[in-house]
Formats: sequence, C-alpha cells, structure tokens
Amino acid sequence: MSDQELQDILTEFDLGLVFSEETSQYLTVRVPKEGLHLLMNKLKSDINLSFDYLFCLTGIDWGEELGVIYHLESTTHRHSLVVKVQTADRENPILDSVEDIWLTANFHEMEVFDFFGIKFKNHPNLKRLFLPKDWTGYPLRKDYVDTINMVVK
Amino acid sequence: MTNTISDRFKTEEYFINMGPQHPATHGVLRLILTIDGEIIKNVEPDLGYIHRSIEKMSERDSYQQIVHLTDRMDYLSAHMNNEAVCLLVENALEMEMPERVKVIRTIMAELTRIASHLLWWGVMGMDVGALTTFMYGFRDRELINDIFEETCGARLTMNYNIPGGLMFDILPNFQQRVKDFLTHFKTKLPEYDTLLTNNVIFQKRTKGVGYLSMEDAISFGTSGPVGRGSGYSCDVRKHHPYSAYTNIDFKEVIRTEGDTLARYEVRIQEMWESIAIIENLIDNIPEGDFKVATKAVIKLPKGEFYQKVETARGELGVFVVSTGTKNPYRIKFRSPGFSNLSALNKMIVGGKIGDLVAVTSTLDLVIPDIDR
Amino acid sequence: MTDLFTTYTGSVLQMLLIAAGYLGFFAIAGLLLVWLERRVAAFFQLRLGPNRVGPFGLMQTIADALKLLSKELTGTDKADKFLYNLAPYFVIITALIALAVLPFSQQIQAFDINIGLFFLTAVSSVGVIGILLGGWSSNNKYALIGAMRSGVQTVSYELSVGLSLLTMVLLTGSLQLSEIIEVQKDGWLIVQGHVPALIAFLIFMIAGTAETNRAPFDLVEAESELGAGFHTEYSGMKFAYFFLAEFINMFIIAAIAVVVFFGGWLSPFGITESLPWLGAFWFLGKTLVIIFLMMWFRWTFPRLRVDQILTLEWKYLLPINLFNIVFMAVIIWLNLEIKF
Repeated sequence: MSDQELQDILTEFDLGLVFSEETSQYLTVRVPKEGLHLLMNKLKSDINLSFDYLFCLTGIDWGEELGVIYHLESTTHRHSLVVKVQTADRENPILDSVEDIWLTANFHEMEVFDFFGIKFKNHPNLKRLFLPKDWTGYPLRKDYVDTINMVVK
Repeated sequence: MTNTISDRFKTEEYFINMGPQHPATHGVLRLILTIDGEIIKNVEPDLGYIHRSIEKMSERDSYQQIVHLTDRMDYLSAHMNNEAVCLLVENALEMEMPERVKVIRTIMAELTRIASHLLWWGVMGMDVGALTTFMYGFRDRELINDIFEETCGARLTMNYNIPGGLMFDILPNFQQRVKDFLTHFKTKLPEYDTLLTNNVIFQKRTKGVGYLSMEDAISFGTSGPVGRGSGYSCDVRKHHPYSAYTNIDFKEVIRTEGDTLARYEVRIQEMWESIAIIENLIDNIPEGDFKVATKAVIKLPKGEFYQKVETARGELGVFVVSTGTKNPYRIKFRSPGFSNLSALNKMIVGGKIGDLVAVTSTLDLVIPDIDR
Repeated sequence: MTDLFTTYTGSVLQMLLIAAGYLGFFAIAGLLLVWLERRVAAFFQLRLGPNRVGPFGLMQTIADALKLLSKELTGTDKADKFLYNLAPYFVIITALIALAVLPFSQQIQAFDINIGLFFLTAVSSVGVIGILLGGWSSNNKYALIGAMRSGVQTVSYELSVGLSLLTMVLLTGSLQLSEIIEVQKDGWLIVQGHVPALIAFLIFMIAGTAETNRAPFDLVEAESELGAGFHTEYSGMKFAYFFLAEFINMFIIAAIAVVVFFGGWLSPFGITESLPWLGAFWFLGKTLVIIFLMMWFRWTFPRLRVDQILTLEWKYLLPINLFNIVFMAVIIWLNLEIKF
C-alpha cells in the first residue's frame, strides 16, 4: 500500500493524527498520547493495515517533551509507518504500553524507561533493564549530568 | 502432627543464577532461572554488565567516529554494523556509491557472515557437549580472518567501511585468496554435517526443542536466522536490498519448524548461500574508485533517517534524528540480539536446563550487541 | 611363636609391598591416561596437544599435578566440612580397591576371589556415593544438580552393566576372573557367544561409559550447563582426586571389558602362548584399545539430556538386556557356541 493510501485510511480513524511534513523515507504520523493505544490496536488488527512487526521503539528527549517513536512494518503488505507520541510532563511522564500488542515492546519499553524515565502504563514488569536498581537519573535525557563518567566535548 | 506425606516431601522452586560468568552464556549475560528440579519455570535476563551507552556517546561524536563505535556492538558482524551507519549517511547525503564499493562491501559482508556463523557453529557444538566442533569452526574462520587482516589490517573490528566508501582498496591477490578459501571451505562444510548435524544425539537434543511459532517470532521482533527458523521471511537483503544485493539473485533460507534444529539448519544453509553470493561477485568486481570524497565534517540534513541491514544475527536498524549539525541529535541502534533474547522465555519455559543451553546457543547472542 | 611372628610380618611386608606397587601403578596409569586423553583429543581436534614438557609432552601431567598440589584449597563457607573433605577419598579409594582384583597376567593378580566380577561391579558403584556427598556438601546449587544427576544416572546404568556381564557369566559359569579367562582359551567370549555376546558388549560399552560419567553421558559435569557439576567447589589436590578417579574408572571399565569379552591376558589365536610373561602386554594393549574407543566417544559425541539418558536405559537398554540373557541361555542350551 502506498503512503498516500495509508494516509487516507489513517485520517478516517479520527484520532487527531498529525502527518509530518518533513521528508522521510517512511510516512510519519504524530498521535496525541491519549489515542496511542487505540491507534496501535487498530494498526495491528485492521486487516488492510496489519502492522504486525514493531521493528524499532525509540525513546527520545526533544528538549521540552519526552517522546517515543514507533517504527512499524506489515509482514503481509510490506508497508511501513512511523508513529510518534510525546508527553510534556518531564517529572512523571506516563504513556500507554503497547506490550499487549507487540511482545517485543516488553524489553524495548524497559530500555526506554531505563534511559528516559518514561513510565509505561500497563507494562507487566517495568524496571531498570541495563542500569543498576539504585541508579539515579535517566542518562539519555539531554539534561542528564554526570561529571565523572561522561566525557563532554 | 498431621503432616501428610506430600507436606513432608513437598518440592519447591528455586532460583539459580546462570551467569554473568558461565560457559554457556557466551559473555556477561546473566540469566535468572526459576527451576523446579531440572524443569525451567521462568527465565529472566539481567542485562547491562557491559553497557557502554554507545547511543549517548554517539550524540557527541561526528558520523565518522560513530562508525568506529559500531564495531564494538556486534563484534562478530563488525563489517555489517559499519555498513549500516555508512549507508545511512550516504543515503541521507544522497551520495551514489561506485559499483566497486558496493560489490566489495557485499563480499566482505558475506565473508563476515560466514565467519560469524562458523564461530556460532563451533560454540553451538560445545554447548551441546561436542567439544571438537569448536576447533573445526575456528580452523576455517581463521582463514577468513587472515583475508580480513591482509585487506584492512584488523581481524575482528575491521573498520573497513567509511562514509563515502572504503578505507583502502583491495589488494591484487584478494580475489585469489577468497577463491582459495571458498574451494577449501566447500570441501569442509559437508564435514560439519557428518560431525554434528547428522549425529543422532544432536538431532534428539534439538528437534522440537525451543519452539517459537511464526506469530510469536514476528511479535517478538525476532529477525535473522531465529525469525527465519520460524518460517518468517525477514531477510533485509531481500526485502530492503542495499549495496550489491539489489542486483544479485540468492535464496532466502526459510525453515518452518520453528525449533532449535530449524534455526541451526538455517545458519548452515546460509553459509552455502553466502558462498554462492561471493562466487557470483568475486570475478566481477568492477573497476573504479574505492571511495567518494566527502567533506571533512559531515553534516546530515535536518530530518529522520532509518537504515537497516542484515547482520549475521538479524536485522540491525540505525535510526538517526538529525537537527542539521555534525552530531546526531539522537541515534538508536535496534540490535537484533536484543529482540531475539526477548523471545527466550517464551521458547524455553517447560524445558530442561540442557535445553536452555541449546536454545540460547541457537539465538546466537553476542552480549555487547544486546548491551550496546 | 617366633615362626608365627616371622610368617605374619612376612605376609604383612608382602602385602605392603604389593600395595605400594599397585599405588605406584595407579599413579602412573592415571597420569599416562590423562596424557593420552589430551593427545587423543588433540588428534581429533587438529591440534598437537602437550608436546613441550618431556619427550612427547609425557611430563605434562606431572607438571600439572605439581601445580595442583601447590594450589590453595578453597571451599564454600557453609559447606559441610567433614563430608566435603571425605568425598574425594571415597571416589579415589573405591577406584583403587577395584584395581586389586584385575588379572594383569596369569601371575600378576593381587586378589583372585571367586566372586571377582561381582566384587568389581559392587565396588565400582560405591564411588557414586562420593560424588553425591561432594555435590551435596559443597552447598552449591550447580554441584547439587550435578550430584543428583549422577545418582540418577549411576543407579540406572548399574543395572545394564550388571546384566550385560551376567549374560557372559552364563557362558563361563564362574564369577572368578582367572576362570573366566581360562574358559576363553577356546576362543574369546565375544566370539564364543557371537550374537548375544556382541549385543552384551555394546550394552556394556554404553553403560560403562555412563558409569564413568564420561561424554556423551557427562551430565554430571556438563560444563556448558553446570559449570563443573559436582566438583564445582573443589580445587587443588581434592579436584585432582576426582579427576584421577575418572581416568582410573575408565581403565577399570575397559579392563572388565577385556577380561569378559576379549580374553584378558590371552594372546589372539594363542600366538604367544609359549611366552606367558607377555600376558600383561596383551592385557594392557587390549585395555588401551577400549580406552581409545571411549575417548573417541567423548571427543565426537554431543551430550545427552537428562531425560534422554533415563529413556535410553529404562526403555531400551534394560529390556534388550533381559531378552539378551534369555537369548544367550537358549544359545547355550542348544550348544550353539563357537569354540575352536
């Protein structure tokens, strides 16, 4: 399915989706965090879309907001989509978990929690994956400071 | 006392630490097992023993420098890791690589794949108790490493790719050496089947063990031989071809059984496919430049870029968010081992300790790849 | 009184000398077998093996023994110290006792009792107690799993060893080792008993390898699964005892096979019948061939899983063995043995 057709189907969902104008190799869509889980569920279950392969889940710190970027692919239709979601709450960022939709999100969300501190609602086992339990701070955030371990140029 | 017999002789599950220092975890992976006798009830990986935060380091480095960090992720597919970043930069800058570069990259990538699978094969045999396989695997892998050493000076972390082409041109005897290796290797590969694959004990140990259905394989994001062993066509070289894979014909090896033996056979067959690919290319290396001049400071345009390549372990994705400066704003490495490991619990619960060793072995984990 | 005293001291001295001789043989055989295993392994693995210390690296194991002697003896904090220290002696002493009844040649046999074969199987199964003790008392989960596996495995395979030997005893009618060999002057038992004897030999080799806990039945150690299994927490000389005992046990199993199936110290077709002192040469030569066979197994086969080991024994080897005994009895009843 071409990107244009994808865009048409997605617009019909009426979830307040914003399509990115930036040039990118994938169709990129921004979703409000309230509609994330609903959208993801539809993306997986809709027979015309069937995005069954979440091949990348990236946490990102935009400076003010914290966000997550989902790269999706359909193994039957071979089309791809990028979904972005963000939250402005840096103190207690909470997003919906997609672990129940794609099992791979289990580990990837733990990684994002570990490095960005984004909590995922309904995640079965959210804990620090790489860093020790008693680590303070979230290292991949832009405002993380560690004068001992980090070499800053 | 009103103790019944089952009260007095009750069994309880207990925890056991496999790793971080354990022969079967191939590095500093720690698996926390919950077992009931010999039967595994739960496996929980504890990661991070060699996490170096390459993603954070990359945020302060230039793109040329990042290439050198990627070697240290999956060190057994160092060449493909380099290639992923280089391709990403080249595509973002819309640079067209000379055919020569593409072909040499592909040959080297396939040699790396063979070398990686050879190491895996040797270790797989060791894990199921056949100690001799290790030496056989290393005997042939050594020859590939010699070719690498002569070409680019390094045997493992090669750094042969740079954004814009290759670090050096190949030597005049490169083609001959590769051909010599292939003739040698084609006589040795059947030996592997005689020693291990056809062994009845090995078959018993692997057939039906560690089953992963195709649906789960996709959902867990597994890729490479693990995904293909479950019948899931996920070869990046086929579906998103890059370098010279765009115009060569090769077979994607797929097995539908989804068990340990299927994953094993996929890798063995992939070695044959790699031989075929190299044979296809080795006599047709086009003349031309081995690199294209780039600016000393590479600045990617503003935007988001994603590049995936097929490493020996599966799909490696590099995701870069650029703000137009010389450093990436955010770089994410989607490593194949990380996703493959997440499927371990699903595959092994209900199996025995011996099965766990065989299954982790066919996941072909490289811990720096998972920990990054 | 004085007569009694001299005969008494005389026999004690004699016993001590023989014991010292056996101890010496034990040590040298152990060291040689370790060296042999390494060379054989190297041969299978495209390597050279030990070749620096002494001629052909023969002194390598002695150097290793010295290294092990000088190592610190470590142990876990909460180990049951008494049992922990007792375990290696259990293993090594049982191996040593079994050596006493082996007939090296017509003259060289320390202890020719009329229940020789029974004695051998009995003693060789006591060794597992040492392994169980070692695994349990070192307070290590890996060691415990290893010990439990060992218990399960040895108890099961004991049956097959015993029954396969019993099949052959039907032919000889005696448990005394010297008599068993005497019977074979008409042809080795594996030839005399032809089909059932061959089956018995195959079962004995499989079960014997399992008894000595060697690959493909080395689940007790299973280094890729359990680290080092039951001797995970042993170091230095205590570890060396376990290590040495494994090789001596292998020697004993091979020696039993030679005595029961291949005519012990008898030469093939009686070619050196006029030179009885060559008996020891034939005995050791045949034993080495069987040992080589066991090493061959080890360096080519993958390891079985614990449930597969039990399936193999209880569902295959044991029923086959029982039928085989009946088969052998029928053969003898119908006088179908092959005798020269």
